[in-house]
Amino acid sequence: MATVTYREAVKRGLRAALMSEPRAFLMGEDVGAYGGCYAVSKGLLAEFGPERIRDCPLAENGFVGAGIGAALGGVRPIVEVMTCNFSLLALDQIVNNAATLRHMSGGQLSVPIVIRMATGAGRQLAAQHSHSFEGWFAHIPGIRVLAPATLEDARGMLPAALAEPDPVLIFEHINLYAMEGELADDAGAVDLDRALIRRPGTDATIVTYGASVWKALEAARALEEQGVSAEVVDLRTLRPLDDQTILSSVARTHRLVVVDEGWRSGSISAEIVARVVEAAFDELDHEPVRVCSAEVPIPYAKHLEDAALPSVAGIVEAALEVCHA
Amino acid sequence: MSAVLPPRERVVAWLTMMMRIRSLEAACAELYGAGKIRGFLHLYDGEEAVAVGAVAHLGAEDAMVATYREHGHALARGMSMRSILAEMLGRAEGCSKGRGGSMHLFDVSKRFYGGLAIVGAGLPIATGLALADKLQKTGGVTACFFGEGAAAEGSFHESMNLAALWELPVLFLCENNLYAMGTALSRSEAVTDFVAKARAYGVAAELVDGMDVLEVDAAVAQALAAIRATGRPYFLECQTYRFRAHSMFDAQLYRSKTEVEEWKKRDPIVGLRERAIAAGLIGADEVTTIQQRIDDEVRDAIAFAERGTLEPVEELTKDVYAHTPGTPLRTPPAGREGGDAWRP
Repeated sequence: MATVTYREAVKRGLRAALMSEPRAFLMGEDVGAYGGCYAVSKGLLAEFGPERIRDCPLAENGFVGAGIGAALGGVRPIVEVMTCNFSLLALDQIVNNAATLRHMSGGQLSVPIVIRMATGAGRQLAAQHSHSFEGWFAHIPGIRVLAPATLEDARGMLPAALAEPDPVLIFEHINLYAMEGELADDAGAVDLDRALIRRPGTDATIVTYGASVWKALEAARALEEQGVSAEVVDLRTLRPLDDQTILSSVARTHRLVVVDEGWRSGSISAEIVARVVEAAFDELDHEPVRVCSAEVPIPYAKHLEDAALPSVAGIVEAALEVCHA
Repeated sequence: MSAVLPPRERVVAWLTMMMRIRSLEAACAELYGAGKIRGFLHLYDGEEAVAVGAVAHLGAEDAMVATYREHGHALARGMSMRSILAEMLGRAEGCSKGRGGSMHLFDVSKRFYGGLAIVGAGLPIATGLALADKLQKTGGVTACFFGEGAAAEGSFHESMNLAALWELPVLFLCENNLYAMGTALSRSEAVTDFVAKARAYGVAAELVDGMDVLEVDAAVAQALAAIRATGRPYFLECQTYRFRAHSMFDAQLYRSKTEVEEWKKRDPIVGLRERAIAAGLIGADEVTTIQQRIDDEVRDAIAFAERGTLEPVEELTKDVYAHTPGTPLRTPPAGREGGDAWRP
């Protein structure tokens, strides 16, 4: 057991993947000589060489597409896109090629690519470096969408994703990179199919993912002081969704709050509420409540950015509302 | 135009393949008219010399990426007329089980990676396939076919740069048929010299008469030799012309009948046939016999497609993922597992 950062946990996952899978390589903007925009791959160029730690030109559609082609050709690219805002330049390759090729080819083709990107707000990076597009990508059949919130998942989702025969997108929240915690020295690949209950509770279910998990946990502690027992469900995988874990939690608590750093309209939070209402309407003792980002481009000024994002106080308020407290 | 014709077998093989493509496309047009093929349908008439002259040089280790106008490339790569027509009729016996249709022919066993219908999107894919081959030291080259319209896309420029920067074995084959759908080249590009554009990225490039299979043959032979010797990409701009409409919904308001008729005088099939007959390599009666055999093949393929089955609707969601959550991982069906071939 050692104290490490989330950033270090991701790097350990990368190193493990590169060491255990000889066909794996990392490619992306500034992953090599610079060490990664968020310093995740610092030192890997010296360790693995330029063939496996491959700096890319600023050409997201080109190098993500090349990663897809390389995956088709039998190697295992791990592509880093600096932020999910930049991934929009590669949407064509991700959505029109990576996601479609297996089905459209009648099952002949396989695109075993892993695409990592930074997501989320909180660092005053303004409206072109702060958005959360994982919910968008979760709309697309044919890809898997992961959002590691913990050190174990930051370490273990990458090798598990690399073993997948299909495209996997991993969204790492920028606010988590500096987070410190304990990570077992022998931490390994994790299951990608299940949501996890990060804190059990009996009065309300708070469903969330990524950095918001930590806000939800803080809210749950505050709620406990007010006599409300909140259960925190970490989705971990946004596509495919683990309906079962969500529904069984709601069946116990009968109250649902969904926290999502994406915008409310057409969001993953909307999808979760819809699924619960469709499958467990009778279990609900109160209308579900969502805590999402304000429907604005995320602003630069700290007070405005804070006001735009889901807050611990907002989650507490939502949980009290569904509990009629 | 090359002065000397190559040996008879090669000439007959080219001629036969170009005639097969022309006949396949004629059958497609008829089936479309009869409502049996639906969706978008883009025919290759007039451009046959490019695919035929190029693909003949590709071996089993080489890969191909083509566009939505790819019936000819698929046929030239050795895919059967049966599997192609069954695909267009939406049958389970089609090369993509009827899920792709005319624009999405695939055959992983022949390293034929489509059949991609977003203009320019095949170039990064081809670049990546070449990267995989380079890393795995397979010696394979990826041939990437695209129209001149793709050169307006960022992916063209990004791919030229990446392929040159990383020294990847890609043969870029630009099929310049002068119109991006209905927009003439001069109305969409400030610089219409694609060879210059490729060279600007450090990619060796040549201009080729795409209406003459001998010219394509010679240029591709030289380009592939250079790629195999240096590992670096090569670009060929094949100047050609589409005899038919862009798709079946095209009234061709953007070009004159005279222009089309002028280009038809350079028909690659007629050109090769007449030269071969004049050189005594083939007789007119033999050409007739070849055409009869092709007609039989087309009839057989249509019958095969028409009696084909429909994929059960229960399988609609099959192959979106290799496996569904909670079930064990299936062995990845990637066409080529690297095995021990690549040890960095």
